Amino acid sequence: MDSRNYPLDSSSLTISAKIVVAGGFGVGKTTLVGSVSEVPPINTEAWMTEAGEGVDPVDPASTKTTTTVAMDFGRITLQSDLVLYLFGTPGQARFWFLWDDLCRGALGAVVLVDTRKLEESFAAINYFENDSDIPFVVAVNMFDGELAHDLEEVREALALAPDVPLTTCDAREPGSTARSLQELVAYTMSRTASYP
Amino acid sequence: MADTAMRSRRIRLYALTGGRTTSHYHLLVETLISVPNYDPEFSSNLLPESRALYERARKTISIAELSAHLTIPLGVIRVLISDLAAQERIFIHPTGSAYQYDRIILEKILDGLKKLSA
Repeated sequence: MDSRNYPLDSSSLTISAKIVVAGGFGVGKTTLVGSVSEVPPINTEAWMTEAGEGVDPVDPASTKTTTTVAMDFGRITLQSDLVLYLFGTPGQARFWFLWDDLCRGALGAVVLVDTRKLEESFAAINYFENDSDIPFVVAVNMFDGELAHDLEEVREALALAPDVPLTTCDAREPGSTARSLQELVAYTMSRTASYP
Repeated sequence: MADTAMRSRRIRLYALTGGRTTSHYHLLVETLISVPNYDPEFSSNLLPESRALYERARKTISIAELSAHLTIPLGVIRVLISDLAAQERIFIHPTGSAYQYDRIILEKILDGLKKLSA
């Protein structure tokens, strides 16, 4: 379906957009989503993606189709005709196929890191550097309101490319979360501008 | 056993879609759908899952929310929506990505987020 011909200014036409919130286990993804979502984060465990290749979808013995995955998402109605969804990625690395599905169509991703356990977010950064072409920024979650390490040290420890924006946030704080999301949108805009 | 019940429900859901797991439409998790002209008679003739979906979509809702609220797997939701969309019973809204996230949309999103942090 080609949707590009729809009028943008039609008041009856509500469109949606999506930002992916990634990072390892326990870095604060759900907190971040919940801090700005207008509904409590919707947690679904009944989530199942399409059957993998070569898998019989009605075979009850197939583990690929009976996997349940916990993930959270939230919603922000930015305007009467524009809804932004925030999707937290499932933490476990074995659900990469689900990451592909989640990231399809996203305007970008915020990778959340906790400096006390940087390694938790390595897999997410690798994914966005190598396996996905959506823009991403990295946000250091400051649980105690203080940054224990210099941001440049964090960039080095994460082996982050110099052009990837690195910022700090307090995922509990709506204003702080909103600023991280703004950072991502601005970065996506700058990348779009360089590819006319 | 609850496990057995879950399993048989899953089998039933996939049987409902005839084993199909792909759809002809571009359905992202955030894609919004709505019912353009609600028809109670059409609704009453639908199978329970499709009816629940059709009723929920009277108010614009995303595919992910439908999946979560109706506890129907995403893959199944996509197939059921495709069937209803093919009959023009459900309208599939475009997403920001359908416009390649053009500047107008990104600016609207940025403005909205700025209000949140103001």
